[in-house]
Amino acid sequence: MGDQPPSFQMPRGGARQGPPSLPAPDEEENAPPRLGEDDVVDLEDEVRGSQVFDVLEQLDRELVGLVPVKTRIREVASLLLVDRLRRGYGLDSERPTLHMCFTGSPGTGKTTIAMRMAEVLRRLGYLAKGHLVTVTRDDLVGQYIGHTAPKTREVLKRAMGGVLFIDEAYYLYRQENERDYGQETIEILLQVMENQRDDIVVILAGYKDRMDTFFQSNPGMSSRIAHHIDFPDYSIDELEGIADIILAKQRYTLSEDGKAAFHELMGLRMKQPRFANGRSVRNALERARLRQASRLVAAGGRVSRDDLMRIEGEDIRKSRLFDNGEAVDEDTAAERKAASENGRPPS
Amino acid sequence: MYVTQGTFSYLPPLTDDQIKAQIQYCLDNGWAVSVEYTDDPHPRNFLWDMWGLPMFDMKDPAAILLEINRCREANPNKYVRVNAYDSTLGRQTTALQYIVQRPENEPGFRLERQEGRDRQIRYTLHPYSLDRPAGERYQK
Repeated sequence: MGDQPPSFQMPRGGARQGPPSLPAPDEEENAPPRLGEDDVVDLEDEVRGSQVFDVLEQLDRELVGLVPVKTRIREVASLLLVDRLRRGYGLDSERPTLHMCFTGSPGTGKTTIAMRMAEVLRRLGYLAKGHLVTVTRDDLVGQYIGHTAPKTREVLKRAMGGVLFIDEAYYLYRQENERDYGQETIEILLQVMENQRDDIVVILAGYKDRMDTFFQSNPGMSSRIAHHIDFPDYSIDELEGIADIILAKQRYTLSEDGKAAFHELMGLRMKQPRFANGRSVRNALERARLRQASRLVAAGGRVSRDDLMRIEGEDIRKSRLFDNGEAVDEDTAAERKAASENGRPPS
Repeated sequence: MYVTQGTFSYLPPLTDDQIKAQIQYCLDNGWAVSVEYTDDPHPRNFLWDMWGLPMFDMKDPAAILLEINRCREANPNKYVRVNAYDSTLGRQTTALQYIVQRPENEPGFRLERQEGRDRQIRYTLHPYSLDRPAGERYQK
């Protein structure tokens, strides 16, 4: 308040940033080039111009594995690029439907891919803004009659020009309750997915088996989604690759012994229930960082930059997973410990 | 008679693409856009019925066009306008306002003269459409 003295002029600027912007230059770039019938286009120039393959390369670099997913995104990107050129020649074809369904175990990178997808679509001029709106059932379905439709529509409007990512979409449909308001949400979604295809891309995500049941009870939804992409679980090598990337980002390194220990740890963790792929890797590394820090502090003395960066094997081997060879999830172990302290038998 | 009010009132009716471009301008400025409708064309009738709440946090004009189209569908043959409210401290007023739909037939206004004291004349405008009850004003 009171940044500027009161004046009787029409206030300009103030909280507003900069002059009102003209149409974003992006939009100009995204317009398909006008071409005559005999023109020939250099596809490579187009590829470079759209910068879309930068995003794809970044995807390859930063995300380990997921080959089928990356192939599909490449295919979609190529299709859109060709479509754009065709429009330049005046070869009109219907805009491709790009609603997608991502299925896969937790932690396989569904949200990350959705974010990249939005960026790819924006660069190709398919979406105007390319932002990602992530929602779950709570954000869409209302609590009383007449509450659902405005709520769903509000979310859809917020997502226009970008990607609407519905996490755990199978919760929208509750089989056991036929008066559930989720059905209303699905109907509005279907309507918008069909009519506003140019303005919004809807991505549903969830576990494979539950999504299958969801689609069985909503065949209309299934047929309006062109791309069903399954995210495979990571192999142990890929998990190590993920760990390398995470560590590099946080400026840590694993010692040789640390690498071996991490390999063993992941082998054990993968057999555990509630294994969450990439997310488990991140959590394991977080714990290793914790142990490294306490080891350093306990040892005292002088430390070098290298010491601060290196995670040793012992930092990882202290994980409860290694306890007397018995494979125990860390959380389960904590629960058991608490239970035994309370004198209750472990559940 | 073609009712003129708000911004762009002397231009031919805006197409949907032009409407979208204008909304984009509003969004770029951070104004909250809302949709209103009425069937009372009197110039002093500035409080129109609101079509839903003003829309905040929108990124794309398509979302607002969606509401405009829903309002047009629900209120065919009425006036529909778009409002952009600038909430900047010190301005806090409508920054832009334009009509996006009007009835097919606009009968216009008649001038009424009221005889006052001392042969004074008071003039006032009376829209012909107001002779019919609300809701039936522009029916065929």
